[in-house]
This record gives sequence, structure tokens and C-alpha cells, in this order.
Amino acid sequence: MILESLLVSAPDWAIDHAPVLIPVVPLIMAAMLALSPSGRLSWILSMVATAASFYFALLTLGTVQSTPGGIIEYWIGNWDVIGIEFRVDALNAMILLLVTGMGFLASIFAWTTIAAEVQKQKISLFLSAFLLCFAGLCGVTATGDAFNLFVFLEISSLSTYALVAMGASRDRRALTSAFDYLIMGTLGASFYIIGVGFLYAATGTLNMNELATQLPALSGNRSVQVGFAFIIVGLGLKAAMWPLHQWLPNAYAYSPSFVTMFLAATATKVALYAMIRWLFTIFNPDFAFEQAIFTFILAPLGIAAMVICSFQAVFQTDVRRMLAYSSVAQVGYIILGISIATTAGVAAGLLHLFNHALMKGALFMAIAGICINYKGTTIRDFAGLGRSAPFTMAAFAIAGLSLIGVPLTAGFISKLQLGYALFDHGWWWAVLLVVFSSFLAVLYVGRILQSIFFMPPANPRKTRKEAPLMLLVPLWILALANIYFGIDANFPAGLARDGAIAALGLEAFP
Amino acid sequence: MKGDHHMILRVIAKCLIPLIVIYAFYVQFHGEVGAGGAFQAGVVLAVALILNALVFGLTATMRAVPPWFTRSLSAVGVMVYAGVGVWAMLKGGHYLEYQALFGEGPGGHDGQHAGIIIIEVGVLFAVSGALTTIFYALAGRVAEIRDEDW
Repeated sequence: MILESLLVSAPDWAIDHAPVLIPVVPLIMAAMLALSPSGRLSWILSMVATAASFYFALLTLGTVQSTPGGIIEYWIGNWDVIGIEFRVDALNAMILLLVTGMGFLASIFAWTTIAAEVQKQKISLFLSAFLLCFAGLCGVTATGDAFNLFVFLEISSLSTYALVAMGASRDRRALTSAFDYLIMGTLGASFYIIGVGFLYAATGTLNMNELATQLPALSGNRSVQVGFAFIIVGLGLKAAMWPLHQWLPNAYAYSPSFVTMFLAATATKVALYAMIRWLFTIFNPDFAFEQAIFTFILAPLGIAAMVICSFQAVFQTDVRRMLAYSSVAQVGYIILGISIATTAGVAAGLLHLFNHALMKGALFMAIAGICINYKGTTIRDFAGLGRSAPFTMAAFAIAGLSLIGVPLTAGFISKLQLGYALFDHGWWWAVLLVVFSSFLAVLYVGRILQSIFFMPPANPRKTRKEAPLMLLVPLWILALANIYFGIDANFPAGLARDGAIAALGLEAFP
Repeated sequence: MKGDHHMILRVIAKCLIPLIVIYAFYVQFHGEVGAGGAFQAGVVLAVALILNALVFGLTATMRAVPPWFTRSLSAVGVMVYAGVGVWAMLKGGHYLEYQALFGEGPGGHDGQHAGIIIIEVGVLFAVSGALTTIFYALAGRVAEIRDEDW
């Protein structure tokens, strides 16, 4: 309804060029910010850029939903199939909306936390790197070209390494964690590109749609299978699929809190999107070797992630590390959903991906608000904050409950969907493990909440210091979204269902 | 200069640096018809500056080509490249559709020529600027702890 009125009011050029403008606007703005003299100006411009991307993502979603077949094709340079294609269907329209929406909310609160954590003369360059990362993530999601995906993946990753390292002014360990991330991320990207190389050798094309039409005839080809393995491992590294997640806890724990929030809400989600795209659209789940991967690799790894990393989260003392381990566990849920390889399973995975972005975004945003006024992010530092910063911590609590999967929150809906999908597939034992891992989530979220609301403040003289308004507004938007989508899940569930249908190559909008 | 052990090095470098720069531009503009292109040209151009810094010292080079300039150069390069794409959009074509730059019909090639040359200039700016910036950042880095303190 809102989408339709947007579509009607939008000019023709915006609708025609929307898929490509989503990454291009922040890309150009990133270059401008590198020249900008003042940090505050940069912040305003970065908000403009992310807002524009968000607007174009809404237009793209509207166009996809109103097009028969549900696919937008945009040929860059009008080169047709030898050139780069931007191809948006219901699957990436959903992820684009998620990434641009989270990017927009992140850039609103950016100023308050960056001013506290980043040196003044570096603010413009910091925001420039943020926009590059944002543009890269949007590009990965929008592109329909296997090599172009690699290029955008590297644009986003390289700027992410720099952003993570910016945490060094607060904690020197940010440097080593950025370096770890750099090594692991580069390995992942190299694996991906090696895989694409094998597929190119076998098929002679880099266009995803062309690959999808040529691969069924080549599914017995050894180099296609090797390429597939390389691509899944490479993207698994980027998505922090257990046990390839070792870079993630440190990168989340020591980077500036703004970066943590943005990465937690978008970066692994985009890598998971790319994985879904390769598993279901380009390769076909009917291939014999892919069936084996689903049952014997992805499902056990997903289960291992959600059990083991939830366990690890329980024993963390730093709140951000705890939530980082929890992120790996949530990736496990999503991968478990994908590994069922049915429409319901992929839809449950996508819905959890969407909801996880909402809850982790809210949690890390609340932590960013705490970092402005209080030093330290260990659980003990959080003691009594429920009294000194009630609004920030109430939103934190809502998102935390959603992370556990308490009824009436978004997390409940997606875990329920995942459970249904698993039951339909006959994996009732996996449902038990999902419940068990949710119980672990009760433990670790409970530890933080207990410290926040039921412990006396570590320093009783701490006066009441709420996070700034510019942070509270996007924070509460996310927190209320967690509740709203827990009561009326039609919008995200619809998006996820259409996305799953599009991923599996069925007709989404006949 | 008496007692200067590096006389030969300095004289040779002085002769070489202009040649390297000219060669960079040769690679740049030859890229359209043969081997070469803006990436290589940008690297060669940056090499000229790096050689200058190695032989004549970092401070002298930074005075001639200041770090803010190289950083801006790479940003401008990105804007030039992306700007051509937007220009094509404004003319009613797709993003980066060179054919649409001057609104030509299917027979015209002016847009293709101009488009590729302009984006190559953008790449030259971006690559040479970024490489020099990285070199400045690495070479100009001041150790926070002295080596003996480790």
C-alpha cells in the first residue's frame, strides 16, 4: 500500500534506474566525503546517501512485486549478456530493503557515537569508508554477475577492515582483530573467486542467469563440482558459518560500536544471501552432490553453530563478545533452515535473517548508546544501568527477549516457522535442538538482563544518563519493529516466502 | 656536493623520473589500442613518485605532492568514473552506456571513444592517488614504541 503510493509518485527515471542507483549513490557520495572538510557535513551527506538508497530499494521492491514474473533486469552499459547485469527478484529485493534500511538507521545515530569514539579529523574518512562498505553490500545484493559480486564483496570487505581497525583508539586489540578479519576475509574472497574461475572455465559465462541455464547439463563435470565447493567455503567464511567464524567475535567486540551495529545487522546477512543465491538459483538443489552437501555438511554445521556458539556465549564476560557468539549461533539457525532445501525451510531461514538483523541491530545500537556515557562493556559494567538509562535498556531488553524467541516478539515467529519447516521435513530431533539452543539463549540474555535490572549500580553516584535522542529514535524504531513483527508478521513473512519462492526458481508473482 | 655518496643515484633518478612519467602516459593512452591501460599507468605514475621519495627523501616528496592531494586525487578519480555513468543516465541511457553520452545513433562511435578515455583518466587518478597515499601512510608512519622498548 505504501509501496504503491511510492511507485505512483516516483519519477520514471527513478523507477528505471533504481537497481543501479542503490549502490551508485553511496559510492559517489563516499568519494565526496573523502574530500569533505567537516565531520558534521559528512554525517549529513551520509544520511542523505543512505536515505536515497533506502528510497530506491523501496521502489525496487515495489517494482518487483508488481512485475509479472517478479524479475527486474538492468544491463549496465547496455552490453546485454556479455556485460554486467543487475538482476533483482523477490529474494534480493528483500535483502536490499533490509541492508539499506539498517544502513539508514545506522547513519542516523552515527554522529553521536562516532563523535565519542573516533578522532575528529578522521570522521569524514570514517564515514566515507562506511558508505563504501554500504555501497559494496548493496552491490553484492543487487548484482546478477558472479564476478561483479566478488568485486562488490571486496569493496565492502576492504572498507570493513579499515572500519574495524578504527576501534584501536579505544582498545588496541582492534588492530589484531582487524588483521585476523583481513586474512580470513581475503581467504574467503579468494576461495570464492577460484570457484567462479572453475565455473567460468566450464561454462564460459559469468552471468548468474546464464550459469543457471548451462549448469544442469554440466552437473557431472568435476570442475563444476570443485567450483561449487570453493564458492560455498568462501561464502561460508564471509557469512561466519561455523567453524569458519573465528574472525567474528573479535571483530565485533573491538570495532567502534557503530561499526559493530552496522556489520551485525548487514554484513553476514549479505554473505548468506549470496550463499542462498548460489545454492538454489545458480546451482540446483536437485544435483546429487548438492543434496549430499545439504544433509551432511550444512545441516550439521548449522546445528553445531547454534548449540556450541550458544554455549560459548553463556560463558562470555563481555557483552559484545557474548552477542557476537550469539550472532554465529543465529547464522546456524539460518543455515539449518536453508539446509532443508524446501520453500518453507528457506523462507524460515530468510525470515530469521530479517528478524535477526532487527534484533542484533537494536542490541548493538543500545550498547553503542551505553558506550557514549559509560566506559566498559563487560557484564559487570552493565550493572544497574536499568535505573540510570531506562529507555535505552528497555529497548535492549525487548530486543534481547526477541533474541531468545519469547512469544509476541519477532524472534518467536521465525523460530516457530523454522520449527514447522523442520517438522514437515521429518527432522523432529532438530526441533528439539532449536529449543535447547533457545534455552541457552535464555541463559546468556538472562545474565545480561539480570545485571542490568536487578543489580545495584557498580558506581552508585552514576547519575541518570540516557543515550542521546538521535540514538534513541532509531533504537526504538528497531525495538518496536521487533514487537510489531512479532504480532503481525505478514510483511516480513510475505517477503521471506516470496524470496524463497524466487530463490528456488518458481514463479513468484504469476 | 662533497661527501655525497648518492651522487650517481640522484643524477640517474633525476633523468629517469620524467621518463617514467612520460611512459605512464604512454601506457595510459595506448591502452585503448594495445596492451596497457589505466591501472598499469597509474602504478607506473605512482612508481615515479615513490622513486623520488626513496632517493630524495620523503619530506621533499611530500612537499612537492602533499598527502591531501594524493588522497583527493583518488577520490576525484572515483567521481570521474562514476560521473560518466551518471552522465550517460542523464542522457537517457543505462548506467555507463557510452553510446548514449552524446545521444548518437547506432553508427556513431564518438561516445564510445570519449567514454572509455574519460573513465580511464578516472582510473589513472584513483590508482596513482591510492598507491601514493598507501606509500605515504606506510613510509610516514612514526613508531609509537621505540624498537628497544619491546
